[in-house]
Amino acid sequence: MAHAHESNVKRIWMVFGLLSVVTIVEVFLGIKKYDSLHLTIFLGTSILNWIFIILTLVKAYYITWTFMHMEGEKTWFRRAVVWTAVFLIIYLVTLLLIEGDYLYSTLAPLVRW
Amino acid sequence: MEANIAVPNEKKSTWGGGSVKPFGASYGKMMMWFFIVSDALTFSGFLAAYGLTRFKFIDSWPIADEVFTHIPFVHGEFPMIYVAFMTFILIFSSVTMVLAVDAGHHMKKQKVAWYMLLTIIGGIIFVGSQAWEWNTFIKGSYGAVKTTDGKILQFVKEKEVDGVMKYKQIALSDFVTGERGDELVEHSKKNGLWFESGETVSQYSIAQIIRSYEANPDVQIRTELIDLEKKQKTILSREKGAAELAKTKMVVEGANLEVNEYGNTIFADFFFFITGFHGFHVFSGIVFNIIIFFNVIVGTYERRGHYEMVEKVGLYWHFVDLVWVFVFTFFYLV
Repeated sequence: MAHAHESNVKRIWMVFGLLSVVTIVEVFLGIKKYDSLHLTIFLGTSILNWIFIILTLVKAYYITWTFMHMEGEKTWFRRAVVWTAVFLIIYLVTLLLIEGDYLYSTLAPLVRW
Repeated sequence: MEANIAVPNEKKSTWGGGSVKPFGASYGKMMMWFFIVSDALTFSGFLAAYGLTRFKFIDSWPIADEVFTHIPFVHGEFPMIYVAFMTFILIFSSVTMVLAVDAGHHMKKQKVAWYMLLTIIGGIIFVGSQAWEWNTFIKGSYGAVKTTDGKILQFVKEKEVDGVMKYKQIALSDFVTGERGDELVEHSKKNGLWFESGETVSQYSIAQIIRSYEANPDVQIRTELIDLEKKQKTILSREKGAAELAKTKMVVEGANLEVNEYGNTIFADFFFFITGFHGFHVFSGIVFNIIIFFNVIVGTYERRGHYEMVEKVGLYWHFVDLVWVFVFTFFYLV
């Protein structure tokens, strides 16, 4: 590890601060669900949900990059781990969203309320 | 030659891959990363299955901040607060873990030990909190009723909240009075068969609940069906409510794998399975951390010359935190 060690501790606390702020924002929006965000649909789900998903991906990025020290690993090792997982997860989620849509549109009208 | 025949080798380092270090990463660290990828895919499978099931029942899935509203030792409704606290504890324990790894790079034994201890304590607080959440979930807060259609009916009253009249859920104990009407008693080994315990008998009987509903005109019934425009559950009129209530099959208090007072059976099943699987990972992470903590204290890594084991166990701990970030989002927020 040839990089400056002293700056590491400060950087760790800064990332902690960032993660805390993001979590506080998420929790605040989760409790106070503003109708403008909660009820407006965009690309299949509400804007509020999109905010949650994007903020979660931001947190995941920072945890992996700094806490798990991915930034220190060699480029192609990083990609072997991250690209594999991301590709497979996106593939699975895409298929399941398509299927879920079909299931809902076929079965929901049949339920007697 | 060595590609087709096994050749005996005296060197201890062979198990660790010898002197070969692809990508500059040691064998242990690379294998930990590959394990993390496989475990991440497992959790993605579970969360994706949860997503599919929720999509299938998108118009009747329980609303998270109506279910998870309690804080230990405090009365009242605080949606999301305790789960937010749990998230902070796990993030904080991740921070102490990475500080331990950092101290390991400087070969500062005392600091490593201290930060690992903090991480272990954070982990224990998280698992304890999750156990408390399970307990509250299983015990139930309000009580509900399940009809012959397989639908859950909850009870609400109109109350003023911040100057606006809203329908708030009420507990069975809030409006049910009078005598049971049936002579059902829960059988234990003392008053039933010696080798079996009896079926759980709810606190209130069906007849009692229907009588109390008729007697109290403020109480209305809320079904699982969500109006997707307003994202709120449907409240039935007194007459429609009485008609649905007449189809009651059982009183549901709390939750188990077959029936729960919050809504669809599969909601509770997924909650137990995914948070349980994650909690199990946190628990095993705590066990690993304790083992490595003891090794740090007795000086194993000082003698070895490097604290890479702390780094590897740190990777596992951060992975556990990462999974929680996603579980938190998809279970409680979205």
